[in-house]
Amino acid sequence: MRRTPCLRVLGVLLLLSLPLLLGGCSSALLDPKGQIGVEQRTLILTAFGLMQIVVIPVIVMTLLFAWRYRRGNKEAAYHPEWAHSTRIEAVVWLIPCVIIAFLAALTWYTSHSLDPHKPLAEEEGEALEIQAVSLDWKWLFIYPEQGIATVNEIAFPTDMPVHFRVSSGSVMNAFFIPDLGSQIYAMAGMDNDVHLIANEEGTYPGRSTNYSGAGFSGMTFEAHATSQQEFDAWVEQVRQSPDTLTFPDGYDVLAQPSEDHPVEYFSQVSPGLYESIIKSFHSGSGHDDMHGGHGEMLMSAEAAE
Amino acid sequence: MFGKLSLEAIPYHEPILVAVGIVAAIGGLALFGALTYFRKWNWLWSEWFTSVDHKKLGIMYFIVALVMLLRGFADAIMMRTQLAMASAGSAGYLPPEHYDQIFTAHGVIMIFFVAMPMVIGLMNLVVPLQIGARDVAFPFLNNLSFWLFVAGALLVNISLFVGEFAKTGWLAYAPLSGIEYSPGVGVDYWIWALQISGIGTTLTGINFFVTILKMRTKGMTLFRMPIFTWTSLCANVLIIASFPILTVTIALLTLDRYLGMHFFTNDFGGNMMMYVNLIWAWGHPEVYILILPAFGVFSEVIATFARKRLFGYNTMVWATVCITLLSFIVWLHHFFTMGAGANVNAFFGIMTMIIAIPTGVKVFNWLFTMYRGSLELSSPVLWTLGFIITFTLGGMTGVMLAVPAANFVLHNSLFVIAHFHNVIIGGVVFGMLAGLTYWFPKAFGFKLDEKWGKRSFWCWLVGFYLAFMPLYVLSFFGAVRRMQSYENPEWQSWMILAWVGAVIIMLGIACTVIQFYVSIRDRRKYADVTGDPWDGRTLEWATSSPAPFYNFAHLPQVESVDCFWEQKQQGIATVSKGPYQDIHMPKNTVAGPIISLFALIMGFALVWHIWWLAIVGAAGTFISFLARIFNEDVDYYVPAAEVERIELEHQQRLKLHEQQPEDESVLNTRFGVQV
Repeated sequence: MRRTPCLRVLGVLLLLSLPLLLGGCSSALLDPKGQIGVEQRTLILTAFGLMQIVVIPVIVMTLLFAWRYRRGNKEAAYHPEWAHSTRIEAVVWLIPCVIIAFLAALTWYTSHSLDPHKPLAEEEGEALEIQAVSLDWKWLFIYPEQGIATVNEIAFPTDMPVHFRVSSGSVMNAFFIPDLGSQIYAMAGMDNDVHLIANEEGTYPGRSTNYSGAGFSGMTFEAHATSQQEFDAWVEQVRQSPDTLTFPDGYDVLAQPSEDHPVEYFSQVSPGLYESIIKSFHSGSGHDDMHGGHGEMLMSAEAAE
Repeated sequence: MFGKLSLEAIPYHEPILVAVGIVAAIGGLALFGALTYFRKWNWLWSEWFTSVDHKKLGIMYFIVALVMLLRGFADAIMMRTQLAMASAGSAGYLPPEHYDQIFTAHGVIMIFFVAMPMVIGLMNLVVPLQIGARDVAFPFLNNLSFWLFVAGALLVNISLFVGEFAKTGWLAYAPLSGIEYSPGVGVDYWIWALQISGIGTTLTGINFFVTILKMRTKGMTLFRMPIFTWTSLCANVLIIASFPILTVTIALLTLDRYLGMHFFTNDFGGNMMMYVNLIWAWGHPEVYILILPAFGVFSEVIATFARKRLFGYNTMVWATVCITLLSFIVWLHHFFTMGAGANVNAFFGIMTMIIAIPTGVKVFNWLFTMYRGSLELSSPVLWTLGFIITFTLGGMTGVMLAVPAANFVLHNSLFVIAHFHNVIIGGVVFGMLAGLTYWFPKAFGFKLDEKWGKRSFWCWLVGFYLAFMPLYVLSFFGAVRRMQSYENPEWQSWMILAWVGAVIIMLGIACTVIQFYVSIRDRRKYADVTGDPWDGRTLEWATSSPAPFYNFAHLPQVESVDCFWEQKQQGIATVSKGPYQDIHMPKNTVAGPIISLFALIMGFALVWHIWWLAIVGAAGTFISFLARIFNEDVDYYVPAAEVERIELEHQQRLKLHEQQPEDESVLNTRFGVQV
């Protein structure tokens, strides 16, 4: 294996992209705060670097050939009938093929290793589950284990895998925290998911990336990656809230379109709220006609308490 | 009586729209007055509107496309201005209500009503000439296609002053485009504009497919066709195979919106994922419908101006065919983040990358065409060089997006916006402007001014990089597409830089407008008397400029790829000689404009739920179409004497030109008439 030229090119490229990296101190994608994001940064830079093997020669050749073979240049050769060379054609097919073969292998591997549906935790219970529901135009987050919910704010401990289950109570959106990595579509009636992790404490902006109407620009939230103690304190703070979220009545009020919605805490939610929201789209005409059924469920939930 | 239409639909309370409306009205009245004053209506109607001449239709396509480019660009600069202002909590000057319509209209207009008509316009102008045909296979359908396209373009523009346009993004993803979330008429305008013009496009696809396969001149086998014709053939195959998908998808959305069905709704078993899949099953081939003919233009331009055979003709053809086939199995890369499994994502990602191979081969073929050539650095060549570099960068970012795991952080961000402008401006726009400059003399008989052409190129090139490189940078900071405002103040300086880029592109467009003015003014200086101004290689240069309406007095005989060039090299006379024969030609027809007018009425009525008028429109469309079907008086013979007169006139000019090239009086008779 003659690896040196290849490595040299990669080295040059990394050097070239250094200003970008340095300038990217506050860049979410080039300075990610979680393992998924870090792997994705490596992937992007690798793909970028590999393609320079073709891109740089093409740019150089374009400028060089255009200048060297310009009409005014009497020194350059002119062969008007020369239009075929098996050797050149073999090379121009081969080089892209080799690069793409390499990229294809990388693609296959990373599509699986970075599959958003792939759990990061070894065992089921080790991950924190947060259910995210996109509404017009805010995010509802439900913590099923803690029995709480919030609007436009989440918190989770660092170094703990977080399993986001993502759905929509309205049109299509996409759930994305750029500092942590992968986004995923939020679709009504569907239970999508993405596994993320934060390895550094901090507050990271999150938002919907899929245009969803008038209030789309303000459809942002804050994700706090904290220590375990701070997280517990935050949960406690949410539990102190006087507000609760019932389904369908409270949810219907919340689901009304609103723009730049303030952060809200709900100390209690109807059990199975996330599932109820998804199911409400399976039953035909939305949950309006289903009040009776859901009402009963809520009542029994209250009775149990 | 008027359905949902009322006075409230006229945006008289929006000062910007009122101003635009007044300017448009004054412009329209001035044009109307001028045409009436100079008694040009009859000429316009009988020589142009009802013409079935593919060259005139090509010119009309291009004129409409350039007008729509101004509209689409106005949208663009408004968006850039908004984003340059709306930082850190500032709302800017365009509320979402307007901003969302503008980015939707910008996308729809630029793709359907600028890029498509430019591509189809060039195909119209060039393909029949390149294959040595007298016209397309179905001349009336060609005229109908054009007018259906115009009807669609008019509907989009009517929406500016009557009602609203869609606020959904250019592909109107369901369920946002459904009646529950978009109860206004905006999506309906989108639906009917695309349906009506889309039928025109489908007809064009069939027309040119048949034309290229059946109407090639003697000796022109498939592998002797010029590359532009090859790429057009592939683009038309894509049109035939993909546009029905668009038509059906929009029809299903129409059923959802008009009849309360549930193909794509959230509930009752509707499935928005189906919509997204279907729209991209059309949408991805659409990208190649646009770019393949542009590749064809660059191939012609580079070989002609390098005065050298195209390197690797066969490879070029096979690369084009590969791209055509592959373009149908990559659509999922537009939504890797929907949540498909790793195997599915990986498959579509790898298929997408494989397209980079034939595309890369094409790039190298263009480079090796320059190699050992004698390259004249004319403006079409500058566009080509700018294209090779810009498109290579765009291709690179495309491959980055094609890696699913990387796409998960780049999708929906400004990276995507920068990428597709990178390939559409750097590829399609540069290609069409190169083609415009290259074939302009064939259409009008005089060349375009080079100085202003080059200025336009430099403005577009610099403007493009300034406008879109900042968007790549911003995407790494988490900036997403379709934001009307943003919180992060650090983004603003990049946004302002992008705005400056857009302004420089505007200067480029202004240069093109000035270029037209200067060229028309100095048309005698730029006259192309020989019909072969660039020492061309393909058949379109074998006839006079502008080409006579029957294209060739005698259909040429072809023996190789660059047959015309070889004949010139061997000193074989390419000027046609008698005896001449009667030429069979199609007659002009009023059916195209009339059918399309009824289609426009129907579309407008359906938008506003004016059912009786919709019935009138539909019936009118159908009856006028029937009338055309039963009209058997559709062709005639140009007498041999008339052909001889036209040909001798051309030869006379040639002779005079050889003796005294500066003779103005001769040129006067030629160009003084129409311009």
